[in-house]
This record gives sequence, structure tokens and C-alpha cells, in this order.
Amino acid sequence: MNQDIKNLIIDYVKKEYLEEDAEQEVNETTPLISSGIVDSFSMVSLKTFLEKKFNIKIPDEKATPEAFDSVNNIINLLKEFNVT
Amino acid sequence: MAYSNKARGFFANELTGIREAGTFKEERFIESPQAANIKVEFPAGSPPKEVLNFCANNYLGLSSHPEVVTAAHDGLKERGYGMSSVRFICGTQDIHRELEEKLTKFLGTEDTILFPSCMDANAGVFDVVLGKEDAMIADRLVHASIVDGMRLCKAQLFNYKHSNMEHLEEKLKESQDCRFRLVITDGVFSMDGDVAKLDEICNLAEKYDAMVLVDDSHATGFMGKTGRGTHEHCGVLGRIDIITTTMGKALGGASGGCVSGRKEIVDLCRQRARPYLFSNTVPPVIVAAASKVLDIISKTTDRRDKLEANTVFFREKMTAAGFDIKEGVHPIVPIMLYNAKLAQDMARDLYNEGIYVIGFSFPVVPKGQARIRVQISAGHEQAHIERAIAAFTKIGEKYKILGKKKNEIIDMYGL
Repeated sequence: MNQDIKNLIIDYVKKEYLEEDAEQEVNETTPLISSGIVDSFSMVSLKTFLEKKFNIKIPDEKATPEAFDSVNNIINLLKEFNVT
Repeated sequence: MAYSNKARGFFANELTGIREAGTFKEERFIESPQAANIKVEFPAGSPPKEVLNFCANNYLGLSSHPEVVTAAHDGLKERGYGMSSVRFICGTQDIHRELEEKLTKFLGTEDTILFPSCMDANAGVFDVVLGKEDAMIADRLVHASIVDGMRLCKAQLFNYKHSNMEHLEEKLKESQDCRFRLVITDGVFSMDGDVAKLDEICNLAEKYDAMVLVDDSHATGFMGKTGRGTHEHCGVLGRIDIITTTMGKALGGASGGCVSGRKEIVDLCRQRARPYLFSNTVPPVIVAAASKVLDIISKTTDRRDKLEANTVFFREKMTAAGFDIKEGVHPIVPIMLYNAKLAQDMARDLYNEGIYVIGFSFPVVPKGQARIRVQISAGHEQAHIERAIAAFTKIGEKYKILGKKKNEIIDMYGL
């Protein structure tokens, strides 16, 4: 189940943030924010995607760059909302 | 006194962090008017050095133009220095309304409202136009002032990959349920000098019943055959609902900005845009000079034509010299170096050669996209541009990057 969620997020990040010809690899530990793949402005798409997909509301104080900086970090954040 | 040692230590640490990250911005003191030739004291305390300026937004070379300076003097004499008021109390003079009318005519819109800056225009306009039932759909590389303006607005935020029309269409579909949608883009993007695909954006916006906002700060006065801006360049005059732009770049370069577009939106900004309501009026001296600038560029396209010729000349010669430059038509010319230190080192060496340019790296541009951003002006003579090309070539040879492709430069210097 956890792996399914990881794959879902990885697929979304690739489709939403990378250009089709990008050579960049994304796995569960790839830094997303600190590497510049996702900037703080475009992070909102990822937040909205997670909220809609899992029917949750992530408050702004929890939607920090650190919490979104890798797929593993996002998985940990989702656990707080009982998404596992 | 409540400024404790704890607070002082905290702020000092923040500054140290910025220095250690290599992103600390040093100001250079210019001891002359803004122009192609300037005198710069850098580092602070050193004797002034004469350099050619290739990093100003002085696209039309009007910042210190004698007619503009005279108009400013006349404005000062005839309408005074300050208004000591916001616009709606006692801060609106006849010349404020005249300038708004001239801007409306020049931009081909329905009406215009002045703001203290385009930063303020962008900070105010979204919250006026959109509410929580609405959607903002922005290009991911829009200017920081738009990002800040959107943060002040309660509408739902969507963003699309830079200039990617398929992705924009996806976002337009995703936001179908919202009451009003506004597609938001820069006309010209300030780091790459690339032009938004306004024709395709307008077509999509019409197909999906969305409005369009363009920040045309890097285009007003010179893009398009008569300099109206990106909307003229892209053949969509009259189809942009809201244009925000600045008088702080091509239009004399002092300060001031505006929202220009649909009449009701402009009227509503007069009632509700907070940076307009609660900031002092644009001073008469700036209004008078900006008004003169519009007279000059409405009468003749000589200056934008010269800028275009200068840009073509510089781009062609730099490409021939073997530099990797981002293709385009805009006077912003990114000389791609990819490595941040290489960009800083070359900019420093060029300064020593008398060419004032700036290296940009992450976080201002994406990681691995470091470059020197050159900005061409109608104030440059061909001899100035030739001197710049010669200096670039000399420094390019020193770092052995001439004729090298992206991967070769990265192999030599890393990312």
C-alpha cells in the first residue's frame, strides 16, 4: 500500500514538474524542494493533488518545504492524516 | 530598549547564513546619471571606475534623456515636489489623469490606473478582481511581485509549466468549476528574455472562458512594431483583459506602475486596491517625465528600432564568437555558463575590463542554469556593443569556453 502511494506521488511529480525530455530521475529520496525540482510557488499543485486524492486538508503550517522535500517526507506527513 | 542581544544575534546569524550561501547582494555606488557610460565606486571606497553598463533595464535609453530631464524639471516647477496625500483625498492632479489617458491610448486598453510601482500594481490587482470562488492560473516563472500578489488573494491557485500550453489547458480543465478564471503570465520573462505565447494563451482563455493578465514590465515601450508591448508583438492587441506594467524600466526608469485594461476592473481598483488606496500618489515630477516619454515614443519608433538593431547585432556577434546564448529576440540576452562560480568569475573579470554585467545563479535561476544576463539598450552605440563583445571574447578565451556546448562547459566546470 505504502509503495502504491509512493509510486502515485512519484508519477505525479514527474508529470507535473518535469519536462518530457528531462533526464532527471525521481525516487522516494530525491530532494524535491531543495533541488529546485519543485519551488515553493509551484508546491501548491502537489498539496492540492494530495488533498484531493486522499480527501484531506493539509493546514498551511504543516505544508512546509521540509515536509514536501522528498516523497518519503510526504509519506511521513500523510501518516499524520492516517493515510498509509 | 527592546532590541535584545538575542534579537541582534539572530539577525546577524541570518546575514551570515546569506553570506555563506553566496547569495548576499552587495550594492555598487554609481556616481553618475543612469546611462550607457557610468562611473561606479566598487568595491566601496575604491576610486570611481568608468564602465559600460549592460545590466540596466534602461531599454530605450531614456533614463537621462535631456527632454525627459527637462520635462521632470518643468513638472517640479509647475506642479511641485510632493502631494502629501493619497490619490483619493487630495493627491490627484490634472497630470495624473493625463498620464493615465496616455497610457490607455498607448497600450490600446479601456482605462488605466497608476500605482506607486508595478510591484504595488501586482500586489493589489488580484485581490480586487478575484475572490475565493475564483481561480488564478499562473505560469511557474512569473515575477516575484505576482507571486506575492497572488498570496494576498483568496482565489484558488493553479500553476502551469513554463510556457507549456498543454499544461495550461489541463489546468483550465481542472478549474472548470470556479466562477472566474484568470490566466496570469509575464509578457517577457526577466531571466531568459523569452516571450509568452500570448496568441495561444488568448485562444485557450477564450475557449475556456478565462480572463488574461499580462505583466509587461520588460516589454512596454519597445516590444511590437510600435512598442506597445508583448500583446502587439504577438498580435493580440485588445485581447488582454489586464496589463500591469512599470515606468521604472523603458519608460524613463524612475518609478511608478499601472494596471491597464477593462474599464470596470480599473474602476474597481480605484475603490479597492490597497496599495493604491494607502500609498502616496506618484510624485508630479515622475508623472510629468513619464508623460514626456510617452510623447516621445508615440511620435516615432526610432528608439525601439535602434534597440532592436542593437539586440540583433549583439546576439549575432556573440553567437559567432562562440558563446552559448539563449535564442530569442529580446534585449535580455542570457550568456549561458551553467556553473555559478564561473558566472561570478567571468562577471568580475568583465567588470575589470570595463563591462558592467551581473552573473545570476540559483535560487534566482534554476540550479545548473547560471548565466550572465546582458541587457541591451537603445542608449548603446555600436562602438559600446563592439567593446562588450571584444571583452566577452577575451574573457571567454581565458576560461576556454568559446565554441563549447552546454555539456562541454559542464564537463569543464561542473554544475
